[in-house]
Amino acid sequence: MYKKKECVAMLLAGGQGSRLYALTTKIAKPAVTFGGKYRIIDFPLSNCINSGIDTVGVLTQYQPLALNEYIGNGQPWDLDRYFGGVHVLSPYQAKHRSDWYKGTANAIFQNLYFIKSYDPEYVLILSGDHIYKMDYAKMLEFHKDNEADCTIATIRVPWEETSRFGIINTAEDGSIVEFEEKPKQAKSDLASMGIYIFKAEKLYKYLEADDADPNSQKDFGKNVLPAMLAGGERMFAYTFEGYWKDVGTVDSLFEANMDLLGDSPTLDLSDKTWRIHSRNPIAPPHRVGENAVILNSIISLGCDIEGVVENSILSANVTVKKGAVVKDSIIMAGATVGENCKISYSIIDENATVGNGATVGVPMAKRAKIAVLGRNYKVAEGATVGGGEILEAEDK
Amino acid sequence: MSNTLGIIFSNIHDGDVPELTAKRTLGSIPFGGRYRLVDFALSNMVNSDVTKVGVITKSNYQSLMDHIGSGKDWDLARRHGGLHLLPPFGVQQSTSLYNTRLEALKNIIGFIEKSTEEYVVMTDCDLVCKVDFEPIIRRHVKKGADITLVYGKADTKEITPTNNIVLGVDGEGWVKEVTFGPRAQGEINLFANIFVLKRNLLLNLVKDAIAHNKVHFSSDIIAANVNSLRILGYEHRGYMAKITSLQSYYDKSMELLDKEKMSEVFYNNNVFTKVRDSAPTKYGAGAVVKNSIIADGCVIEGEVENSVLFRGVKVARGAKVCNSVLMQDTIVSEKSYVNCIITDKNVLITDGRHLSGCENNPFYIRKSSKL
Repeated sequence: MYKKKECVAMLLAGGQGSRLYALTTKIAKPAVTFGGKYRIIDFPLSNCINSGIDTVGVLTQYQPLALNEYIGNGQPWDLDRYFGGVHVLSPYQAKHRSDWYKGTANAIFQNLYFIKSYDPEYVLILSGDHIYKMDYAKMLEFHKDNEADCTIATIRVPWEETSRFGIINTAEDGSIVEFEEKPKQAKSDLASMGIYIFKAEKLYKYLEADDADPNSQKDFGKNVLPAMLAGGERMFAYTFEGYWKDVGTVDSLFEANMDLLGDSPTLDLSDKTWRIHSRNPIAPPHRVGENAVILNSIISLGCDIEGVVENSILSANVTVKKGAVVKDSIIMAGATVGENCKISYSIIDENATVGNGATVGVPMAKRAKIAVLGRNYKVAEGATVGGGEILEAEDK
Repeated sequence: MSNTLGIIFSNIHDGDVPELTAKRTLGSIPFGGRYRLVDFALSNMVNSDVTKVGVITKSNYQSLMDHIGSGKDWDLARRHGGLHLLPPFGVQQSTSLYNTRLEALKNIIGFIEKSTEEYVVMTDCDLVCKVDFEPIIRRHVKKGADITLVYGKADTKEITPTNNIVLGVDGEGWVKEVTFGPRAQGEINLFANIFVLKRNLLLNLVKDAIAHNKVHFSSDIIAANVNSLRILGYEHRGYMAKITSLQSYYDKSMELLDKEKMSEVFYNNNVFTKVRDSAPTKYGAGAVVKNSIIADGCVIEGEVENSVLFRGVKVARGAKVCNSVLMQDTIVSEKSYVNCIITDKNVLITDGRHLSGCENNPFYIRKSSKL
């Protein structure tokens, strides 16, 4: 069989996401629930298939079970293929070396054989912790037009926030002249989105050189890209316009979820021309009871609502019992909110239970921090969980 | 249960609900917010580990094929067994398509012969219920029955006058009489059109019927043989909704609002259906929703009460929906009011319209109508 793919995508999904605390105790960050029925990884995977890229390697390392199970054979994203499709790539034991992935560049390096088996012209590197809808085909066109060796996707960020990002300084033709990691005084407002397209043979060359360098931290941003720039390769910045959010922290995950609400939300997932595909729960439509009140919220399949839900996002099979009030919160699949509970400004993970009459979190208006209940956590009847408290996930 | 073959008749009762089957088979009638009637039959098969299933179709089955596809969503896309769509086959001898269950079986006799399973379970698509075939077959074997017929208790007041087969069952559970329509008022054993029998017996009965030029399976084979075959009745004690008319479609849809009935069919049970990848449902800041069942992909800004909303329904600000069943992608525009309405797919109700049917005569609006 003749085997060749123009572009292979490699999705870095091995990160722990330690700043999501209890939410990533049992699962990798890309498997964290988003927007009711999605997981973070649905976004890059859907972007790939919607952009015509049908060969995706997903690099996993930290707590891969839920992620592996979720991706499965890739069928929900139309990525179950005879040739190409989605492949989960975990660290492996080899004849001469056996190692965990030691950095983003090393993870790709250890899987060069996978990329090479498709003999691609281009390699697209993605990360599994961003929420955005992006047509990678446009970026690839840009890359080809510029005859670039490497193209980095960038987004304009507010000047006052430039110190939080990797900033890219460009010449007038869009070529990259300098990288600055979290600069105090930025010269540009173009932040790197952690999305790169490489000409394949340049990627192989620089990854092999990086692997041989004992002083390298094996990181794209810190080592490989600066080495390419120093080596005089053609590097360009592609400017993406649209919604993009790093959901690496509890606060940013919360904000990104809330961006789905309102009359004209900044993130719209109902666009039929750019569907975000996901593994759908087997659950009936949700049920709204006689005394329920639901305002400005997103409710998924299988929910059973008898109480009040306001400015909140509920995943599949969530139960909100009589007299309970859920405000400004995210409740993930299978969780139960007991009678007369008060839930405010909280994130409640899968299958957690809040006993009757309990209080979780303090109202958002009080400028408190988000309360987080890990998966399977059980709040006793009448108990109180304060704002900002983070309660660890439990075994069933 | 790998020794059981499933056969589903997708359009044996098409004529019962002519409004909804104008452009589809009975099996592809949307029901319960995100399902088609065939989903209940297919899910019952899969949940009972019957994993080779033939679906018999006759006409208007494009929507059914589109819905079922490869069978993937029911885990029936398999190398061994799995889903077999059985459209009409060779009409050289006759000029018209088959009209009865017996003729449909005649049509698929090759499929039944080629199968290797010992037992066959046959169901129609007019039932919304959760049935596990496993205990039915176990009892069938234990009692040494030739045929098992599944029935549910029903009151004559609640059923439509036509197309009801009533079973007379003795104390041991054996069927002693099959009548077409109830003899008297009151509680009856309403046949659910679920048959269990050995594959070889089915083949013999069908071949014998062909030889004797018989027409109807239930009357010429079952009813005619109550004394010569060991026919066992099996009472399904759970919820069983039989869709026999537009009115019963409406009534049974409304019954889903009863949490207990909904729980039995849907909770602790997997009802599989084709996945559409809709976003979850969004409620606006002014939404008022009471006692309703709402699928995914809806956008609700107005009022909804005692209703069933399918995927992708939009209820605009100031609009009010009461006691209605709104199928996929119905749009209820601003300040309009609907009550006791069944809208088929893609109906647009424009600004300010007031439409009302009545509980015992719901108003049906055809697919893709614009009002």
